[in-house]
Amino acid sequence: MEKQAFQKVYAKITNITKATVQLKAQGVGYDEIAMVHGRLGQVVKIIGENVTLQVFSGTEGIPTNAEVIFMGHPPRLKVSDQLAGRFFNAYGEPIDGGPEVEGEIRDIGSPSVNPVRRAQPSQLIATGIAGIDLNNSLVTGQKIPFFADPDQPYNQVMANVALRAEADKIILGGMGLSNDDYLFFKNVFDNAGALDRIISFVNTTENPPVERLLVPDMALTAAEYFAVDKNEKVLVLLTDMTLFADALSIVSNRMDQIPSKDSMPGSLYSDLARIYEKAVQFPSGGSITIIAVTTLSGGDITHAIPDNTGYITEGQLFLRRDTDIGKVIVDPFRSLSRLKQLVIGTQTRPDHPQVMNAAIRLYADAANAKTKMENGFDLTDYDERTMVFAKEYSDKLLAIDVNVDTEVMLDISWKLFQDNFTKAEVGIKQEFMDKHWKKE
Amino acid sequence: MEQKNKTTGKVAGIIANLVIIEVDGPVAQNEICFIKHQETDLMAEVIKILGDSAYVQVFESTRGLKIGTEAHFEGHMLEVTLGPGILSRNYDGLQNNLDTMEGVFLKRGDYTDPLNRETLWDFKPLAKEGDTLIAGGWLGEVNENEMPHKIMVPFKFEGSYTLKSIVKEGQYKVDDQIAVLVDSKGNDVSVTMVQKWPVKMAVRAYAEKPRPFKPLETGVRVIDTLNPIAEGGTGFIPGPFGTGKTVLQHAISKQAEADIVVIAACGERANEVVEIFTEFPELDDPRTGRKLMERTTIIANTSNMPVAAREASVYTAMAIGEYYRAMGLRVLLMADSTSRWAQALREMSNRLEELPGQDAFPMDLSAIISNFYSRAGYVYLNNGETGSITFIGTVSPAGGNLKEPVTESTRKAARCFYGLSQARADSKRYPAIDSIDSYSKYLEYPEVQKYYSENVSDTWLEKVIIAKDILLRGKEAHEQINILGDDGVLISFHERFWNSELIDFVILQQDAFDSIDSSTSIERQEYMLAKVLDVTEKEFDFKHFEDVQTFFKNIINLFKQMNYSDFKSDKFKKYEVELEELYSKHLKN
Ligand SMILES: Nc1ncnc2c1ncn2[C@@H]1O[C@H](COP(=O)(O)OP(=O)(O)O)[C@@H](O)[C@H]1O
Ligand SMILES: [Mg+2]
Repeated sequence: MEKQAFQKVYAKITNITKATVQLKAQGVGYDEIAMVHGRLGQVVKIIGENVTLQVFSGTEGIPTNAEVIFMGHPPRLKVSDQLAGRFFNAYGEPIDGGPEVEGEIRDIGSPSVNPVRRAQPSQLIATGIAGIDLNNSLVTGQKIPFFADPDQPYNQVMANVALRAEADKIILGGMGLSNDDYLFFKNVFDNAGALDRIISFVNTTENPPVERLLVPDMALTAAEYFAVDKNEKVLVLLTDMTLFADALSIVSNRMDQIPSKDSMPGSLYSDLARIYEKAVQFPSGGSITIIAVTTLSGGDITHAIPDNTGYITEGQLFLRRDTDIGKVIVDPFRSLSRLKQLVIGTQTRPDHPQVMNAAIRLYADAANAKTKMENGFDLTDYDERTMVFAKEYSDKLLAIDVNVDTEVMLDISWKLFQDNFTKAEVGIKQEFMDKHWKKE
Repeated sequence: MEQKNKTTGKVAGIIANLVIIEVDGPVAQNEICFIKHQETDLMAEVIKILGDSAYVQVFESTRGLKIGTEAHFEGHMLEVTLGPGILSRNYDGLQNNLDTMEGVFLKRGDYTDPLNRETLWDFKPLAKEGDTLIAGGWLGEVNENEMPHKIMVPFKFEGSYTLKSIVKEGQYKVDDQIAVLVDSKGNDVSVTMVQKWPVKMAVRAYAEKPRPFKPLETGVRVIDTLNPIAEGGTGFIPGPFGTGKTVLQHAISKQAEADIVVIAACGERANEVVEIFTEFPELDDPRTGRKLMERTTIIANTSNMPVAAREASVYTAMAIGEYYRAMGLRVLLMADSTSRWAQALREMSNRLEELPGQDAFPMDLSAIISNFYSRAGYVYLNNGETGSITFIGTVSPAGGNLKEPVTESTRKAARCFYGLSQARADSKRYPAIDSIDSYSKYLEYPEVQKYYSENVSDTWLEKVIIAKDILLRGKEAHEQINILGDDGVLISFHERFWNSELIDFVILQQDAFDSIDSSTSIERQEYMLAKVLDVTEKEFDFKHFEDVQTFFKNIINLFKQMNYSDFKSDKFKKYEVELEELYSKHLKN
């Protein structure tokens, strides 16, 4: 970032903490950015002449006589079609060796869409994964995270979903991404011949953690350009939002804010909502869909990060290893797509909602039977049948390596019902039974 | 609070949306001010005063704001504008009309008029010259979406007034003078169809607030049958995310027996509001046949909109509710979620560096919540008519833990508790209300009991108690079966358990997305409850516990088909016959 002639240079820092510096300055705007000793900082507090700046890359080695230059504007990104196919860091600077992007300058973290200017999300996103399409269908304009333990292949699943989603643009916001995962994304997109549709803003584990705070806003500013200005269907991938929230807590703790649950800032809900609520369907056809990753520790979804996320997003896709079949599945109990009812049974076959519910109910019965068995009780004939059903259901439908059409998923479900149960045990509306129940 | 010279001030500190202003004159707690940032005025509310420093919460983003910026104090608190034309509007938390704002994105300082000043309303006088009137007295009425919208003596007017003149029946705009009143000192006061009211104050334009005595039909079986809410009553719905709070509230707002529905979407998802925008203009009000949107007002301050306005949104909604209640209407007020409002209070309290209470919430959280809930109620107006505000709020407990401060505080304030259970939601038993833990205090009111025996049937409450008992005993039996095994208990345990499953599947579970099952009239509820209890009273000849399961699954299946059929239709009756055939085969003789 270049220095401009009229900018005043300050050289007397009064206080320094791990994440912030404070100095006396005039005419500074709230939220504006500054260069502090060559590093990017942002104004987080002004009391009279005392201005506090958060320094994204940390304050190590910053002396009290360091040069501070205020830029007079909040963090920005230049947007244009030239963004396509490019890789950037958290500041929006190219990291792929390519030229600077030319385009219109936009402030990141811009205002929200007026709710009356939104359209209802309405277009089904097919992924081929039955744990998603059958039980938790996704819709354009939706925001939904994967809840997964750190050892699960969430980035792989997310990359699959992204490539099958038929989006005009895929924007990757990587936060604390390992270098391997970064290269993984780059490779899959490259191999799929999709690189020209991809834009990446990446903060890897090698970069300072606080820089991550800029990544979602950068990614979403680019997304809004394509969705609003170009009416495109944009898919934004944010991984890993848990590391984003950790960075929030680092900053707030260093600023001596009163922590609430799990040492997270009291504003965590609003901070996350500001990001996720950028997901939107516009009447003009443009849309922003956000698929995120929230890693859990030990599957604990009551921790403040997944808990607040679940209250904000339109469902969650819970990945779990099913030891009976040795595969990772999309857990039907803890997963939910809140927007599925906008499309299932209307954009998919009419029996879809009832089949979905019946299968999950029977799968729940199998879980009870399993508990019974583990407690050493005899199983009834029905119990045995549910367990046979559950294993097949898990293997043929819930496993994340499934890739078939929704119609096929429904047919498989009907087959499993008829193989294992009576009509009354399945308990579906008569009209669907008449149509799909072939067994006598 | 009216002042001759407006107080002004200059910005002296900025911490996110908390701004400190050095003032040059008097300011009041909760007074509104505007900070002149470049070309736009940012609205803010005073929340603390220390000497010459007024601490204000800004209802907008403070990005770019600088020290020294000027501020003007308005001499009044945050107010709503009340008049015809509020119904079917979509407002933000500060009552700005969202539809008349320009552009796709919300712009700072874009404050739009809540009312349309040009619309002509058909006005009919109700009071006549010489009448003595007090605040809330009915002067006349206009037709607002077929609702008799009363034009009242403004709530702010103190003492009594004599009506000097009133306009004739005809068409008027909201700002036209429709009446002249004379106060006790003999001064003329002009009245239009518009008045303002500070949202944080309760409107007291009524004679008496009795205990609620009439159940309010919601069409949701697990509520109406087991734990009914009363008209003018209060209830809350706590539940972890995804357990069905919003779906339940939407169902109630579509179906409940109300004249007016005010929905405060407070700090939740924008798409949920869009769902209402999209569906309500299409859906019919089951009672009037008109579109649902015509009786609805939406206050949308979603989670990505400014936090301080989120806090204001529930008050804006309540004040609008009170306005319609004073017209003698039945108002249903919904807030989703009150936890977001509490969190907005917490964010501000933390910025003010106040001594934190539990989980860093402000110390007076409980008092704030109680105060709000107490504004609901059934009232006798001064002219003998009645009106009501039934209020239902959702609570989003952190980590699903019902021991957290917002749930605990709300429990003290609300009379009905509809706790949503994660386990029920996980097994898709919707609505996931845990009917054993939930309660309605109204069932204990003798006046409510009397209402049931006079208006539904004198055995109704008895049946409800039996049903609850069966659910409880079923749960116990289930626990025993789990401990001792299917074979380790008597067959009667299995029967007990399956009787409770029968009630669960047929009465408690209800498909909010099925056009027929979603709403059940009280008549149908009574019929179905009797039918289900009938089965539970029969003695069957089961040889083996597996017979019990098979039998009940078949029975449940038929009952469910009945739930999916129009009440007493041929289809309904066909399943009913099948049902009787089925269980008569298994009767013990
Ligand atoms: N009565 C119901 N019938 C069918 N599905 C329901 C019902 N209630 C909730 N659901 C399902 O649960 C999801 C979450 O419900 P919602 O009300 O949004 O939860 P909450 O507000 O508690 O987070 C819905 O999107 C829907 O799929
Ligand atoms: Mg909700």
